[in-house]
Amino acid sequence: MSEEQIKNLEQQFEARIARDEKIEPKDWMPEKYRQTHIRQISQHAHSEIVGMLPEGNWITRAPSLRRKVALLAKVQDEAGHGLYLYSACETLGVTRDDLYGQLHSGKAKYSSIFNYPALTWADMGAIGWLVDGAAIINQVPLCNTSYGPYARAMIRVCKEESFHQRQGFEIMLKLANGTAEQKDMAQDALNRWWWPSLMMLGPTDDKSVHTEQSMKWKLKRKTNDELRQQFIDQTVPQADVLGLKIPDPDLKWNEERQSYDFGDIDWDEFWQVVKGHGPMNKERMKARVGAWERGEWVRDAAMAHAEKKKTRKEKQAV
Amino acid sequence: MKNENLYNYILGIADNSLILGQRLGELCGHGPSLETDIACTNISLDLFGQVRSYFQYASKIAEDGRTEDDIAMLRKERDYKNVLLVEQPNTNFAYTIGRQFLFDAYHLMFLKALQKSADLTLSAIADKSVKEVSYHERFSSDWIKRLGDGTDESHEKMQDAINDLWTYTDELFHQTEADKIMATEGVGVDVPELKTAYYNYVNEILTEATLEIPESKYFQKGGKQGIHTEHLGYILAELQYMQRTYPNMEW
Ligand SMILES: [Fe+2]
Ligand SMILES: [Fe+2]
Ligand SMILES: [Fe+2]
Repeated sequence: MSEEQIKNLEQQFEARIARDEKIEPKDWMPEKYRQTHIRQISQHAHSEIVGMLPEGNWITRAPSLRRKVALLAKVQDEAGHGLYLYSACETLGVTRDDLYGQLHSGKAKYSSIFNYPALTWADMGAIGWLVDGAAIINQVPLCNTSYGPYARAMIRVCKEESFHQRQGFEIMLKLANGTAEQKDMAQDALNRWWWPSLMMLGPTDDKSVHTEQSMKWKLKRKTNDELRQQFIDQTVPQADVLGLKIPDPDLKWNEERQSYDFGDIDWDEFWQVVKGHGPMNKERMKARVGAWERGEWVRDAAMAHAEKKKTRKEKQAV
Repeated sequence: MKNENLYNYILGIADNSLILGQRLGELCGHGPSLETDIACTNISLDLFGQVRSYFQYASKIAEDGRTEDDIAMLRKERDYKNVLLVEQPNTNFAYTIGRQFLFDAYHLMFLKALQKSADLTLSAIADKSVKEVSYHERFSSDWIKRLGDGTDESHEKMQDAINDLWTYTDELFHQTEADKIMATEGVGVDVPELKTAYYNYVNEILTEATLEIPESKYFQKGGKQGIHTEHLGYILAELQYMQRTYPNMEW
């Protein structure tokens, strides 16, 4: 293909996206579009499965049977999200094994929030309420993103994430209305998860590298700072309902902006965690890599068995 | 308690699901693949759903104000009545699958018989559970075949697990006094009657999986009387942690 032909294709491609048409796996797409999508979708998939770990660690200790069942269902949903997203990513011509390889080698990133430890039962509430809450803010716009398989996966994922958020809020509500000890537990969890949740919406706009291109491809509709503001404005009234205090002395309603002003985020902490030095980065990777390595003989066996079955069938057919 | 036999009988059934569900819950996020992870979590979820139905019923029978959670989480070690099989650890995936299959094959037969119980609550729980457990049994027997008839390594690992777990199978067919009384009243399942069919079926699957049927005639027992392996204490330490640390609170 000549340069001109490619340029033509690219123009048509961009025009399709501008018309809100969906790009499907078999359609022609610029290499950069493919790579950007592989990166973003896999990063999202990795976040889902690494995200299973902090909550999974509380399944055996859930305080009631009802909560245990709900937590199991939630973590199972996250595994399901991982599965759809890996599948969506595979339509772009990579294999799940490749993507795991990138995660395990540290080349691929995942949401840095999961590098914080889940220390008490209230963290199950705070994670659902804040982390799933921030995830929804990030992800709802993706239900209309340009790549068809990603958009469709996100519609399903977002529905379940809202359910998780309500469930998390309900855990917090029960604690907030419980004994003094329970209320303290809830406040402590909010104190620890608040700032990392704000960081989840990504670096400030001036530090964010991919925004402009991502906007064009509908991988992003609002900037990180806009999303963060939306999250704060939505969450502060919910904390009021809970009777909990957001751990930010500078948080204040701004009548003029019709939004909350808030204090400075510790971006040094954010970058420390992103670069692999958060409280749980090493443990999370150890858990993932460990599960993968311990599972190798199992996956090999499944493959060998399928192969044997196929051979037997073929012999029978002859 | 007016109907202590029925109460004990229900606990005997429910504790199996409770402890096995707890064991499977340990694996969440650590499985050999995303698909097996989802399946194990799903089985755990089903089992805890069943546990809730049983304990809600038991709490009605006990009439002493204890809730399903009190019954699940606030008994002492010796008061848990699960069989030893279900408390065995997740040593590796072959042990997880071996434990699951040896229990599922029993559980499915047991529930099919419980569907005919004269006790309508129990038969209703069995009706609902039998569908779930048929799926569990299909999953675990499929994996027995994959691992048994997979690679040399998986074959050896699967055989080791079956050899080690075999000693816990006979206990499935033991009866406590409460079990016997419930069986005569048509409420409970006469488990000794299931034994031949169970070993026939298990042997059939193991053979298909190219595994040897263990010959050992030495079996362990005691779970139904509350005499457990050393594993149970640790399982309970996690299961009961919140209820013990923060007593009398709602969650
Ligand atoms: Fe998710
Ligand atoms: Fe997500
Ligand atoms: Fe979620």
